[in-house]
Amino acid sequence: MPATPHLSLSLGPVLYLWDGPKWRDFYFRIADEAPVDHVTLGEAVCSKRLHFIEPHVAEVIERLEAAGKKVSLASLALVTLERESQLVRGLVRDSIHPIEANDLSALGLLAGKPHSIGPLINVYNGATARLLASRGATSICLPPELPMASVSEIVRDAPDVAFEIFGFGRVPLAISARCAHARSKGLVKDNCQFICGDDSDGLIVETLDRQPFLVLNGVQTMSHTCQSLLQELADLTAAGISRIRLSPQDCDMVTVARIYESVAAGLMSAAEGLARLVAAYPGVPLSNGFHYGQTGASWIEAPAGARNGGERWQMR
Amino acid sequence: MELICPAGTPAAFREAVDAGADAVYCGFRDETNARNFPGLNFSRDELKTAIAYARRHKVMTFVAINTFMRAGQEKLWHDAVDDAVRLGADALILADFGLMAYTAERHPQQRLHVSVQASASNADAVKFLVETFGAKRVVLPRILTIPDVARLARQISCEIEVFVFGGLCVMAEGRCSLSSYATGKSPNMNGVCSPASHVRYREDGSELVSELGDYTINRFPAGEAAGYPTLCKGRFDIAEERGYAFEDPVSLDVMDHIDALRDAGVGALKIEGRQRGKAYVAEVVSVMRRAVAADATERPALLSRLRRLSEGQKTTSGAYEKRWR
Repeated sequence: MPATPHLSLSLGPVLYLWDGPKWRDFYFRIADEAPVDHVTLGEAVCSKRLHFIEPHVAEVIERLEAAGKKVSLASLALVTLERESQLVRGLVRDSIHPIEANDLSALGLLAGKPHSIGPLINVYNGATARLLASRGATSICLPPELPMASVSEIVRDAPDVAFEIFGFGRVPLAISARCAHARSKGLVKDNCQFICGDDSDGLIVETLDRQPFLVLNGVQTMSHTCQSLLQELADLTAAGISRIRLSPQDCDMVTVARIYESVAAGLMSAAEGLARLVAAYPGVPLSNGFHYGQTGASWIEAPAGARNGGERWQMR
Repeated sequence: MELICPAGTPAAFREAVDAGADAVYCGFRDETNARNFPGLNFSRDELKTAIAYARRHKVMTFVAINTFMRAGQEKLWHDAVDDAVRLGADALILADFGLMAYTAERHPQQRLHVSVQASASNADAVKFLVETFGAKRVVLPRILTIPDVARLARQISCEIEVFVFGGLCVMAEGRCSLSSYATGKSPNMNGVCSPASHVRYREDGSELVSELGDYTINRFPAGEAAGYPTLCKGRFDIAEERGYAFEDPVSLDVMDHIDALRDAGVGALKIEGRQRGKAYVAEVVSVMRRAVAADATERPALLSRLRRLSEGQKTTSGAYEKRWR
């Protein structure tokens, strides 16, 4: 008898640069109020930012764990400097919490230890998922650009791993050695003055026809749209996805988590959930095109029947 | 140092061999390689003929199978590996862990190179690939400075190949979904970036507008040469600033740093440009062949000739110089 499918919510790391107190208070509120089971935290985007959150990490983890959340620590997405390599080695060596690997160095160092795989590691097929599982990966957050057809195949092909999908948030699309964010303000990476901290939800890049297109987040480039797979929760669960990742934006993430929880539990229609999501994160269009193998920025109305699947599965 | 040269067609392949390449790299005519452009690449028979030609001239052939296997259609990639091995490729250039595992298991004698698309940017990453798949060489992503490369070389046991001339990715390779965000087609999944199928040009008053999918990538006033709308080399508005937000429409040229790269431990210099015509390939390869062999006094004249081939484009040393960041 197959077990009843469950869906849990996980919170990805804050990808933006928030100052220490804002970052701490965000997680305190998540601990106290948000219906998420897993929280991955830590600086994944730029090693220069680490000192902003470092003084608060211990108290944040304590508060989250006291609230019953499972905590993982994210490794850096781009590791080029010796100092960055040392950071990753130290994290893998010393952490008593599971690590989420976000680059190949962490992946190598974590062999034989239980760990998770972040959405920036290229897992495009079951063979890769199985290889990572054989080295100790227990969960994999699949790359946001993967279409549903691939998601289903991979999950079927690697039954020993828990799979997570990037279900809410601006999509991390690219990372560079160059800091376009600093550059846009006449600075360079090595003397950036942490200018990305001025834009707590990213800095909008518009086309020359004034169409919002992307946002800059330090060395990372993200979508202007906010990916939402709220309509697709039922199909994702049916396909064997066990977690939905909510990627923190500078909006009320507790409300966002509650919307996902309600829709997942069948207590709220996806249509109502989407309306509430737009109100919770105003001014940012939703997208789900990647899921349908279309232009990632696009919004596709889910086929009828995919919208209210609450009776087929339940929230843990 | 080895000179690794691009070939998008059998004709360009022969030109590269004749012009003095140590190795020529190419791919099959499908989604298994990262230059999956119309009219480019090799059938099995063409590759067989090309490899035979290269062998007669003591030149190696590297086959790039460097996109990520689409789940459920792995056979396309497995067949590409099996056929490239059977036809006698001297090395396979791979990016996907699943495909590396397949190759290491099925063809343990086959020389495996890590594609730039795998994004192995540090010593621990390279060690992972060497230990897990027996990789013999890594093509480094274009995000490292020359001192970074030197430090990396001291810590790893495999050979290092770097891009020195041609197209320049601004983003870490293999980790960019900008193209699929705008068009649905990506380098990792489809072997294309900012594909021509989604490019449109339209006139707006006196300006020529280039579009990719639904997005304006640039506007060119009358008299300004219109470049191809590669997403990361477009002009955008950020707040009140208008300009090339990520990178100007430049190409990579680090030939001024050949000696520094050699001292850093680089064993192979790679030329980008499988989409280029045979005349370009012939000229670039022959000039670079001489530039690599020349001493510091002869080299500038050769390099200025090379620069004319960048088609009037500006060039950059990219991330190899720290100030680029």
